[in-house]
Amino acid sequence: MTVAVNGEELARSINELFPDAVVSGDKNYLLVESKHLVQVAEHLKKAPGMEFDYLTFVTAVDYIDYFEVIYRLVSLKNNQSLILKTRCYTRDNPVVPSVVNIWRAAYYQEREIFDLLGINFDGHPDMRRLLLWEGFTGHPLRRDYL
Amino acid sequence: MAIKTEPFYLNIGPQHPSTHGVFRMRVSLDGEVIVGVEPIIGYLHRGIEKLAEARTYTQNIPFTDRLDYLSSMTNNLAYCMAIEKLGGIKVPERAEYIRIIFSEIMRISSHMMAVGFFLNDLGAMMTPVLYMWREREKIMDLFEMVCGQRLLYNYMRIGGVSQDLPDEFVPAVKKFVAEMPKYIDEYDQLLAINEILLARSKGVGILPRETAIAIGASGPVLRASGVKWDIRKMDPYSIYDRFDFEVPTGDAGDCYDRYWVRMQEIRQSVRILEQALAKLPEKGPVCAEVPQFFRPPRGEAYGYIEAPKGNIGFYAVSDGSIAPYRLHIYPPTLINITALQDMVVGWKVADLIIIFGSIDVVLGEIDR
Amino acid sequence: MTLLDQFQLVLKTLNWPDWAVYLTPAIVGILIIIIFVLTIIIVFIWWERRLLGRFQIRTGPNRCGPEGVLQPIATAIKILLKEDIVPDKADKLIHFIAPIIVFVPILMLFAVIPVSEGAILVDLNVGVIYVIAISSISVIGIFMAAWASNNKYSLISGLRAIAQMVSYELPVVLSIVGVAVVAGSFSMLKIVEAQGIPYILLQPLAFIIFFLGCLAEMNRSPFDLLEADSEIVAGYHIEYSGMKFAMFYLGEYGVALAYAGIITTLFLGGWQGPLLPPVLWFIIKVMLVFSLIIWMRATLPRLRVDQLMSFAWKFLLPMAVINLFLVAIEVLVLPATLQWVMVILNFGLAAALILLWSRLFTLGGGRVEV
Repeated sequence: MTVAVNGEELARSINELFPDAVVSGDKNYLLVESKHLVQVAEHLKKAPGMEFDYLTFVTAVDYIDYFEVIYRLVSLKNNQSLILKTRCYTRDNPVVPSVVNIWRAAYYQEREIFDLLGINFDGHPDMRRLLLWEGFTGHPLRRDYL
Repeated sequence: MAIKTEPFYLNIGPQHPSTHGVFRMRVSLDGEVIVGVEPIIGYLHRGIEKLAEARTYTQNIPFTDRLDYLSSMTNNLAYCMAIEKLGGIKVPERAEYIRIIFSEIMRISSHMMAVGFFLNDLGAMMTPVLYMWREREKIMDLFEMVCGQRLLYNYMRIGGVSQDLPDEFVPAVKKFVAEMPKYIDEYDQLLAINEILLARSKGVGILPRETAIAIGASGPVLRASGVKWDIRKMDPYSIYDRFDFEVPTGDAGDCYDRYWVRMQEIRQSVRILEQALAKLPEKGPVCAEVPQFFRPPRGEAYGYIEAPKGNIGFYAVSDGSIAPYRLHIYPPTLINITALQDMVVGWKVADLIIIFGSIDVVLGEIDR
Repeated sequence: MTLLDQFQLVLKTLNWPDWAVYLTPAIVGILIIIIFVLTIIIVFIWWERRLLGRFQIRTGPNRCGPEGVLQPIATAIKILLKEDIVPDKADKLIHFIAPIIVFVPILMLFAVIPVSEGAILVDLNVGVIYVIAISSISVIGIFMAAWASNNKYSLISGLRAIAQMVSYELPVVLSIVGVAVVAGSFSMLKIVEAQGIPYILLQPLAFIIFFLGCLAEMNRSPFDLLEADSEIVAGYHIEYSGMKFAMFYLGEYGVALAYAGIITTLFLGGWQGPLLPPVLWFIIKVMLVFSLIIWMRATLPRLRVDQLMSFAWKFLLPMAVINLFLVAIEVLVLPATLQWVMVILNFGLAAALILLWSRLFTLGGGRVEV
């Protein structure tokens, strides 16, 4: 049974290593600051006992005040899962660091989020539209598109 | 003295007999050797995620059929599981068994289609396809008996299934399950030691174990590379923990292993079907009481299953109204082709087609 | 003394002018061949589609006419009525004459195939060499079609065409020479007459090599990478439609008929057989060989181009050379009355050689370091 890791205890242990990286932790998810995202992600991938080496999905939701980018990580070895979230508060040119160098699974999914929601991923080698054609203006999945 | 050559670009364009849908690859070739490949998708993008935000939860179920249109039942199941997790709905026993029976029949159908068309890409001229379609026609007759449709079923509902099984269904499935092992043996006899199949697919298009995990592959592609990860065993959903079956794994991660894993999974599906049919409760409700305009409480949930092509999942965010605030569809086949360039570089044009065919993609799922 | 020679003598006794005596049998013969070939091609198209359907657990066309016999005619009418599209940047002249260069040599092959006792257009005493020489001209036509279409897919197909057809010429030639050595002549009529025991029994290895080589020359499965439907979408005739495509299509079945006829002549004893008239035996044997060709198409997947080449050069060619040596030694040593000894000896040697060589033979090729 894949156990969902409890975010509250994880929040405490990560806060000891990276102070004020974690914004909040719930039993369902762990919310981190976007500027510490890459550090926390690397720690989650390599730390013994966690070893979250398998990234399932990367998606983003447009709550009107902020964008929330959601990652689901799975550890094949320990059979655990964790949902990692980060938020981005600007609407004009939102930027979130990219985790492509840590988990290659984010390659197409980050491009898709850029295409449909307009969130730029800093550090992605090929930030282009994926599903819509080049020259399309606007980002359709945003709440204020139509 | 080496001859000066330059690579040229070939468009294995959206319209092609073998790209399993409207998929475009921009291949740079040096003679016949592939130097680079770049997939270009989006030709079937219909905006399902945006459309889902304007329809009620039950109205979204037909959309999920049209994702991986060759295995619609499993898409329905994943979506319904996500919404049931959101709303805390318990599915009755008989409905669970019915769902499992249909998922496994769907797995058999989808794998037979995948293997048949893999061999068609190899050049066997539709003969294995038509042999496997003989069984697939029987499966489509079973589906038509239950929900009236042959391809896009729209059968599962939030909390169960939409209608009960007719009386002639269970004997028909029992007959099908009794005959199936004989047919699988027939395919194995035709194909498993076929010299040309072995020569063309053994060692071709290897996806190493670490790359498979790094790109987040799932389904037969991951298992053929040696990772024993099957959600039905590792994280059982529905009532899969009551059944006894094995998870076939390959070791090399080449095209032959992906083909072999699919054939073995068909056998294991037949095994699960036999057990499920034996334990199916005689009578009972087939759907939980869910209001027509279902308003789940605020929250988020991720419902994911082991579909034939990978781990399809639906991430649903609800804000308490009758329509989802956000519905994200995780497409396993889009993730599986992340490593296409690694698998294909150095091989020839003929191998590109079969490597791509062995990953088994459906464009409806990639483009959504 | 062929039938046409006898016809010529008859005309001479009727005191026709010389040029008429020379030309009339030739024209009559050519007309008979063209009608015969086109009719049997129609029958072949029908037979292939029905037999392929039966192999694939389906019926095949059975709506047009009783049991679908008018289906090939419907296909022909459909192709003739299609618009003839030439790509804008294609080389117009070469695009135009390529189908002709592919189709005409195939018709010319029928000049030396004996259908019945004495029923041959011209009994060349180098009949076998004529067959080999003429069948190589089609390669040029295919490459012209591939190059002039200005299409990358047909270019890839053209590259493969040259490689495949040139490299399969050699095993074919060497196995035919083995047959000629036993028969003692290159003339097709004399080879048929020399077959007391059909040469398929006398030289099984040569038959296998020749059959596989013919499949490759015909671009048929499992060597049909020139028009691999699933990879390069119809290959060299991708830009052809209408009557030009019809020439390629007819040419494909025409060459199947020609090679089936040649295999029958060289290996199966031509028109010889008890009871039935010789023409009927010829047609039965040709249909059998053609059914074997269809059977291989229905069952086997296709080879990749480098595997194909290594199969020709590393497997078929050495076997053909060894076969030639063995046959020559046997002809030298054994007296003519003990030909059945050759049967047993050759079967044993063939089995031993194939088993031994397949141990040593590796397909090779594979991934190239880029």
